[in-house]
Amino acid sequence: MTTEAHAHDNAAHGHGDAHGDAHGASHGHGSLKGYLIGFGLSVALTAIPFWLVMTGALGSIWATALSIMALAAVQIVVHMIYFLHMDTKSEGGWTMMALIFTIVLVVIALSGSLWVMYHLNTNMMPMSAQDMSQMP
Amino acid sequence: MASTITLPPATGAAPRAPVFHLVDEHDHAEGGSTMLGFWIYLMSDCLIFAVLFACYGVLGGSYAGGPSPRDLFELPLVAVNTAMLLLSSITYGFAMLAMEKGRVRPTQLWLAVTGLFGLAFIGIELHEFAGMIAEGATPQRSAFLSAFFTLVGTHGLHVTMGLIWLVTLMAQVGRHGLIRANRRRLMCLSMFWHFLDVVWIGVFTFVYLLGMLR
Repeated sequence: MTTEAHAHDNAAHGHGDAHGDAHGASHGHGSLKGYLIGFGLSVALTAIPFWLVMTGALGSIWATALSIMALAAVQIVVHMIYFLHMDTKSEGGWTMMALIFTIVLVVIALSGSLWVMYHLNTNMMPMSAQDMSQMP
Repeated sequence: MASTITLPPATGAAPRAPVFHLVDEHDHAEGGSTMLGFWIYLMSDCLIFAVLFACYGVLGGSYAGGPSPRDLFELPLVAVNTAMLLLSSITYGFAMLAMEKGRVRPTQLWLAVTGLFGLAFIGIELHEFAGMIAEGATPQRSAFLSAFFTLVGTHGLHVTMGLIWLVTLMAQVGRHGLIRANRRRLMCLSMFWHFLDVVWIGVFTFVYLLGMLR
């Protein structure tokens, strides 16, 4: 097992060395077209939710809330691709791995906090100031 | 784990002593791992914001009888602010394109434009904060306002740091030109700047727009 790990390590290093020099050129592979497409999409994806909320065009609050959250998710993906140049290849895929790991943690932290605290709030017995003052 | 590790063999070492580390020093190209390292920093920063968002999500409805988002937020102002940050993202992109062509003057120019948009963003945000505080909506007023100022303020602080970094790099580029080290630094700042724009998408959606719907 250990020799295998070593060989892997060496291979990874070899890759890193080969990669290192070409770095400057390979990383910022944005093009004018890419930036303009990203900008155009972002403007639309920003303007629509503001318009939805400011005019109340959808009528229902739930529909508006869900659609602006969906638009935000799409806009984040647009920024990741066109501005941050995320792909599965750069740095041997490790940036994507780090991103996926972070997204998992973010989802757990956000949904866990909201879920637990929401239920804590609703299941709490109402307490008056009188009761509160007699707490041990 | 108990087996001996003999790869690669230590050069000139007497009878095959186990080696527990890499003996040959690899030479890494300078800065070869900076991009990955900086990306991992950004991911850790992302976790900070996730926790602040979670905090705001939990406390965002606790007004303590004080002002609610509807009383405080002015969406047109937020829209202008969002536009400033979005414009600064695209102008930073233009700076990167000029950098890749090795053109110093346009790079500096686009960086300066980016800095001005960033400054406008911070200015508008501080104006908004000042207005809220003048109305008595201070961070001490309610849990909602504490969470709001912490989340939005942390983002604003990041943008401020980005601006300081931007000015520093403009001085560096002015002095040394677009040398490799400076290109690498500009690429790190590019990731940082675009990342802050991504965080702002979360802020304007979850704090401002959803706040108005509450």
